[in-house]
Amino acid sequence: MAPGVSMTELDSVPTVPEPAGIPGPAREAPLSAPPALPPRQLDIPLTEPSVLSAEPILHVEGVNLWYGEKQALFDINLEVAKHTVMALIGPSGCGKSTLLRCINRMNDLIGSVRIEGKIKVGDEDIFAPGVDVIELRKRMGMVFQKSNPFPKSIYENVAYGLRIQGIRERAVLDEAVERSLIASGLWEEVKDRLNESGLGLSGGQQQRLCIARALAIKPEVLLMDEPCSALDPLATSRIEELIFELKREFTIVIVTHNMQQAARVSDFTAFFWMGKLIEVGLTEKLFTNPRVRMTEDYISGRFG
Amino acid sequence: MNNFRKWWRRGSGLIWLSGATLALSLLMIFGLVGYIAVKGLGFFWPAPLVQAMTPEGPILGMITGQEHAQGEDSAKVQFRVGNRDLFGQDFRWIPKADLREPATPADAVLVERREYGAFIGRVKSLEQDGKPLAEGPAALVALGSMLPASLALQKRIHEIDREEVGGLNSEIEAAGREQRAAAAKGAVPEPLARRVQQLQERYAAAEARLNGMRTQAAAVTVTLAAVDGQTKSLPLGAIVRVVPANALGLFGKAKVYAARLWEFLWDDPRESNTEGGIFPAIFGTVMMVLLMSVLVVPLGVMASLFMREYATQGWLLRVLRVAVNNLAGVPSIVFGVFGLGFFVYGVGGSIDHLLFADRLPSPTFGTGGILWASLTLALLTVPVVIVATEEALAAVPRAQREASLALGATKWQTIRNVVLPGAAPGILTGLILAMARGAGEVAPLMLTGVVKLAPSMPLDGSFPYLHLDRKFMHLGFHIYDVGFQSPNSEAAKPMVFMTALLLLLVVVILNLFALRLRSRLRARTGGGSF
Repeated sequence: MAPGVSMTELDSVPTVPEPAGIPGPAREAPLSAPPALPPRQLDIPLTEPSVLSAEPILHVEGVNLWYGEKQALFDINLEVAKHTVMALIGPSGCGKSTLLRCINRMNDLIGSVRIEGKIKVGDEDIFAPGVDVIELRKRMGMVFQKSNPFPKSIYENVAYGLRIQGIRERAVLDEAVERSLIASGLWEEVKDRLNESGLGLSGGQQQRLCIARALAIKPEVLLMDEPCSALDPLATSRIEELIFELKREFTIVIVTHNMQQAARVSDFTAFFWMGKLIEVGLTEKLFTNPRVRMTEDYISGRFG
Repeated sequence: MNNFRKWWRRGSGLIWLSGATLALSLLMIFGLVGYIAVKGLGFFWPAPLVQAMTPEGPILGMITGQEHAQGEDSAKVQFRVGNRDLFGQDFRWIPKADLREPATPADAVLVERREYGAFIGRVKSLEQDGKPLAEGPAALVALGSMLPASLALQKRIHEIDREEVGGLNSEIEAAGREQRAAAAKGAVPEPLARRVQQLQERYAAAEARLNGMRTQAAAVTVTLAAVDGQTKSLPLGAIVRVVPANALGLFGKAKVYAARLWEFLWDDPRESNTEGGIFPAIFGTVMMVLLMSVLVVPLGVMASLFMREYATQGWLLRVLRVAVNNLAGVPSIVFGVFGLGFFVYGVGGSIDHLLFADRLPSPTFGTGGILWASLTLALLTVPVVIVATEEALAAVPRAQREASLALGATKWQTIRNVVLPGAAPGILTGLILAMARGAGEVAPLMLTGVVKLAPSMPLDGSFPYLHLDRKFMHLGFHIYDVGFQSPNSEAAKPMVFMTALLLLLVVVILNLFALRLRSRLRARTGGGSF
């Protein structure tokens, strides 16, 4: 954490959105008037300066990451605007999931990881000494590749994040469970069996349960790590609709292997290759008119 | 040849081999259990009483064994003739050729007594205060009708003796200690002296009441005649059961069988454990195993939690794991010696000096007791729990831990809410193994608290109800004691089988409870490979 900036001050930073219960109209991030660019050392320049929108919430600044001796991320610079969906695409092992896991510091769990650079949420550098990782993770909800509900009831799955914060009031929990399940589109399907095991649901339902679980603690950013890779097309399309709904309230970063999915759900797309950020820009532009040849080859299926 | 090679390549050989190995193991296990069950359960069935003539006179008893002719030795038959007080021995071997006119007389009876084992012979007469009541067959009938009341009286005497008199005894003891302490300081206060006197009066009253009941029980005497004409007079109270084995039908025999089985399960032992029941041993075993489980689970789970979740995985930890696994190979008697030295003399002795100094030199915790025995067994079985728990902790999916951490849970919250519930079935597997091991141990218990005959149970109606300092009886030790330490081990042999069977049964029942708990946990946590 930056010196002189306390947690409470950070909480009151105006860029932190208050996820309202009532969904507001979908807001597109303003794309004009980019602020000054940080100096870039990439071989291939990024195409869209508009990514650095007027209301950025996440700033990835010059991140290098090593797993032991092996470098997995090379000088990543990226900004994610509030209430937009940023898709990270690229072939397997290109570092997109690694970057995602940097944002809520899940990589801390791996002993041999070394990170350089900064990731800022608002003004706060999440790698600064003294940052409360627990608090950070409460603000960065995460949905994993494989649905991983706890072996508990549906209710307890959703209420978990609140319970570990010490919240016991039944009314608060009930409200949060209902709100989150409605938001994840699962409410109608499970409202009569909240006490049944979360493992009894179908794959797609389980994944939406995991989304509800992440939403219950009202995060600022939702990190999704290939949330649909284990689902059938029908369940996938439900999740995609859900992502479209959720961006009204949350900022979403989604890792996906599915080009169509990235095109469908995201506002911005970042293309990674071999640990480097090759191109980032408006999804529409990146897919129709990429600046870099490699991007074009990848999205048209010529490699990767 | 080609066919064989194909057959081998398909793995059929190995499948057959593994199947055969399994079958062999099952055969041995079921053979053992079956042998124990047949030998033990047959014991309670009333065997016919055979009377025959031998050159040395008539003989009456149950046939308990046969020996075929071997070289110069002719074929022999083993009779259980009973009447140890008259004949000096329970069993006799008679050459088969010497037996004449075998018969099963209807009036022959087997009388189970409180002392000297069974009497086999006939009921001659029944007297009250020296006056005859009935003779011959009528005496048998009268005896049958008077026996239930007599048994009830005996039970009452026993209860008063154990509960009322026993309770008074310990109160008097406590008051005596107070009195001595007060006397050492100066004068004995008046209320204390009065209380001691009151207690002694109550004790005397209870004793008088008991004596009255004992006299009443001795009023009716039974005269029994052995087959060689010797007679024996017994007070009615000394008789437990009269079995006219030859006169009983199938239903009557079944009733005797059920009554004997019931007695075996629920009564106290008689005749230095070779007769009567083994309830105190069952109770002691179950309680010791439960106490051990309560102690071993926290011990093992916490140790493995630290090893698996917190400690840095390195050479030190590998050494520690090897050490823990090897701990399981230490002979149990070594654990017994450790328990005696550390728990009993070390910890127990210190407790006595700190808390029960007024009772010294007679020890309270400074001698073997159920707590020390359970702790010793907990130590003995903790490697099993540690190994099983570590496996179970490692098997909790990483995805679930990550899900919890990603929601802002601390490591401890994740362990408590996700990892431990997920590992609970595996931990229970460890407990099941530990219980089976612990229930069968004898050697360490002999040093840390098991006795041949415990005067009182570790759990009873007198304050503070749970007496962790008390010595207890144990089925495993009972087997050793009855089978190898009793003066009449031939007669007690079926008891050994029965006790072994019961020990198996206790282990099975305890394990069934744990299994049930595990399957419930599994249903709640939705599967898992343990």
